[in-house]
Amino acid sequence: MEFNLESVTPEERRELERNVFMGTLEELKAWARSNSLWPLTFGLACCAIEMMGTGASHYDLDRFGVIFRTSPRQSDVMIVAGTVTKKMGPLLRRLYDQMPEPKWVIAMGSCATAGGPYVKSYAVMKGVDQIVPVDVYIPGCPPNPAALIYGINKLQEKIRYEAKTGKRVTNR
Amino acid sequence: MSEEQDKDKELLGKQKDDSVKAESSTAEKAEAAASQALDPEKGSSASVPGQPDQQEAKAAGDERILPESGEAHEQSVVSEQPAANPEREAKLKAAAEARAARAELKVSAATPSQQQSDAPAEEGSSPAVNPEREAKMKAAAEARAARAAAKAAAEGGEPAAAPGDAVGSDPEREAKQKAAAEARAARAAAKAASEAAEAPAEPKPPSPKQPQLDETVELVRSLISEQAVEEAYINELNDHMPIIVVGRDHWQATANLLRTHDRLQYGYLRNVSGIDFETHMEVVYHLVSIETKRELAVKLRADREAPSVPSATPVWATANWNEREIYDLLGVDFPGHPDMRRIMMPDEWVGHPLRKDYEPLDPEV
Amino acid sequence: MIRTEELLLNVGPQHPSTHGVFRIIVKLDGEVIKEAIPVMGYLHRGTEKLAENLNYTQIIPYTDRMDYVSAMTSNYVLCHAVETLMGLEIPERADFMRLIVMELQRVASHLVWWGTYLLDIGAMSPFLYAFRDREIIIDLFNELCGARLTYNYMRVGGVKWDAPEGWIDKVREFIPYMETKLVEYDNLVSGNEIFLARIKNVGQYDAQTAIDYGLSGANLRCTGVDWDLRKVKPYSLYNRFEFDVPLGKRGDCFDRYLIRLEEIRQSLRILKQAVEQFPSSGDTMGKVPRVIRPPAGEVYVSIESPRGEIGCHIVSKGKAEPYRLKFRRPSFVNLQILPKLLVGETMTNLITILGGIDIVVGEVDC
Repeated sequence: MEFNLESVTPEERRELERNVFMGTLEELKAWARSNSLWPLTFGLACCAIEMMGTGASHYDLDRFGVIFRTSPRQSDVMIVAGTVTKKMGPLLRRLYDQMPEPKWVIAMGSCATAGGPYVKSYAVMKGVDQIVPVDVYIPGCPPNPAALIYGINKLQEKIRYEAKTGKRVTNR
Repeated sequence: MSEEQDKDKELLGKQKDDSVKAESSTAEKAEAAASQALDPEKGSSASVPGQPDQQEAKAAGDERILPESGEAHEQSVVSEQPAANPEREAKLKAAAEARAARAELKVSAATPSQQQSDAPAEEGSSPAVNPEREAKMKAAAEARAARAAAKAAAEGGEPAAAPGDAVGSDPEREAKQKAAAEARAARAAAKAASEAAEAPAEPKPPSPKQPQLDETVELVRSLISEQAVEEAYINELNDHMPIIVVGRDHWQATANLLRTHDRLQYGYLRNVSGIDFETHMEVVYHLVSIETKRELAVKLRADREAPSVPSATPVWATANWNEREIYDLLGVDFPGHPDMRRIMMPDEWVGHPLRKDYEPLDPEV
Repeated sequence: MIRTEELLLNVGPQHPSTHGVFRIIVKLDGEVIKEAIPVMGYLHRGTEKLAENLNYTQIIPYTDRMDYVSAMTSNYVLCHAVETLMGLEIPERADFMRLIVMELQRVASHLVWWGTYLLDIGAMSPFLYAFRDREIIIDLFNELCGARLTYNYMRVGGVKWDAPEGWIDKVREFIPYMETKLVEYDNLVSGNEIFLARIKNVGQYDAQTAIDYGLSGANLRCTGVDWDLRKVKPYSLYNRFEFDVPLGKRGDCFDRYLIRLEEIRQSLRILKQAVEQFPSSGDTMGKVPRVIRPPAGEVYVSIESPRGEIGCHIVSKGKAEPYRLKFRRPSFVNLQILPKLLVGETMTNLITILGGIDIVVGEVDC
């Protein structure tokens, strides 16, 4: 994005460069959205305890602007933490549909990614991406809170990248 | 011919660690089969008459259907039926003979020279003139030797599934396996002989919980019915927990008695488990008494096609969800239960997942 | 005229009370519950069926994930069951490690319960305090066996890892720290009027009901029944240490709350004694064959987990895999009393009562 700055004197130009950001509206929206991701509390199993631990005081998530909201109507991202069973699948889809756009999904833990240690079980859905489109996968059983924070950072980067370049990382 | 022998081999493989409890009809059939099979078997490699084969297979099948609960070490503690013991020992002996005879067939089909198993089989076929105890020990020893030989034969005979073809395939390996099988059979026979020599000297000491078991059994028998308690034994491994097997028709009354009688007072139901043995289903109730700290386990057996056990929910409220779980996962129906519906699986699920023959309808999801 | 109707409300399976996926269908008349029907199975993962194809050492990680808040006790019940079946002897140092780890786990589990219970009731700060202290325990476990939540630490015959250098000293330092913190938490919460008003005389039942419904753990002891498996049928080395078992009188949520806090104190007491008596050397694994093949037989053992009596029923046919493995899960059995307790209560008390029972849904569904 180039502005025609030749008519401006060099001192004013330097000052402009220091104090004024220029960018597209998309980038601005992405910056706002990525820095205040509000997840839906969707802890299903053991990964939920790690998610709670990440939100607690030791590994604070509030410094990233992440506040856990309890209603899907008020949340941006759904962190699926834990095993998704076949009984829970339709409800997960319904909750995803209830979230307003723009929305993202993080699959936390190996159970949500691909079935995890329960992949041979008769009652477990092998991966949550069979029903909702997933943006970030975080492996681990359960993933360390630092890994969860890394995953959230990756999602933030993805939001900003998609807005900057207009490209979609995955086709939805 | 070879498929029947394959079937025999499978049945034999499954029976490797059985505890033998034969019924009288089976014992007769087994004896008949044993006597018939023993005659033409010497020297013939593959030509086994089809009839005794089928009978034996049927006998094997019948033996398998009998209740086997996996406890192979409780044979000496069934103390409240002294009159049945000689009968039982005769049955044991006959069943062991049948097995020895079958093993003999297997062995003679696969490898022609197995002197070790010839000898015990011959001894076992003599009529029951010996004193009861020695016969029982010998039968046990034969059974063990036969089992070892059968195992050796099964392992050594794997490449030789169709008798007669095996000779040319791998003579070196065959010879090695034959030697190994013989060594194993020799070791087993030696061990069996030494055990038979020592075992009559020291019977097992009575369990400390035996009086509790006897008291329970006697109370149930006297107050409910003679047929209420089908079996009673002590599970030594599990800290000598007394176990009684109760008939289904008397379960409601027995449960009430176990809970309310002042000498029993088993008021706390700890656990209800359902087990799917392929021949029958079993439901186990683990009880404990808070006042006296005594434990008891009650087993109920049901057949597999339409298993149904009267519900214990009116007596202990703990049984409510436990029985629902057993219904959901194993398909055992509990008439008398206030709310029999699925608890773990979704309501429209088809099938009972914990059964051994369960096939999931959607494995790829 | 006002026309009133019964309202059918769905609490869960996704709800902010952090107990996991558990659903209660309540029939409401205004704010008063007429009937409550719990629905579970949203986390049924089929552990028991999977166990029929795995050998015993491979099942241990699955027990971690069953009661994920107190994974060490679930590990222990499986190892104890197999060891009982095989008649194995555990070396003393391994037994000490097991006991220390289980008691630390009890403290951690009660802290999670305390934090989340108060979060449900509405207090936000105890949650942060509880998790701060839990992080210290988890750091200890991390140093010991490499994992924060699902440890996979015990093996049939002993434990997998020995205590590293200085680990026991760290445990020794943790104990007085936690004791002072407990005093602080007591001052913060237990005298709070709002808290007392919300929790006293809520969810009351008597001893006979508790025994009938097969409750265990603090749910049973709050009615005054003295039944703690560490005292009644001591396992591991519990008969060497002296500790009290707190009992309640009234059988309501407040008693359960006080009992669990007192249990933390008693666990710290056991830990103090265990750390003093810790043997300075020894094996961590007994004489165990490489492939664990227990003899054919059946066994049922149970131990005292922070939630109650966890039991393991194994039917073995002499192979390396169990023929049937059934876990008696305390949360599953304790939850049965919920429909009975909720009749006539208000919606706010539903959360209080549900939290007071202390369930972990991974255990309810197994």
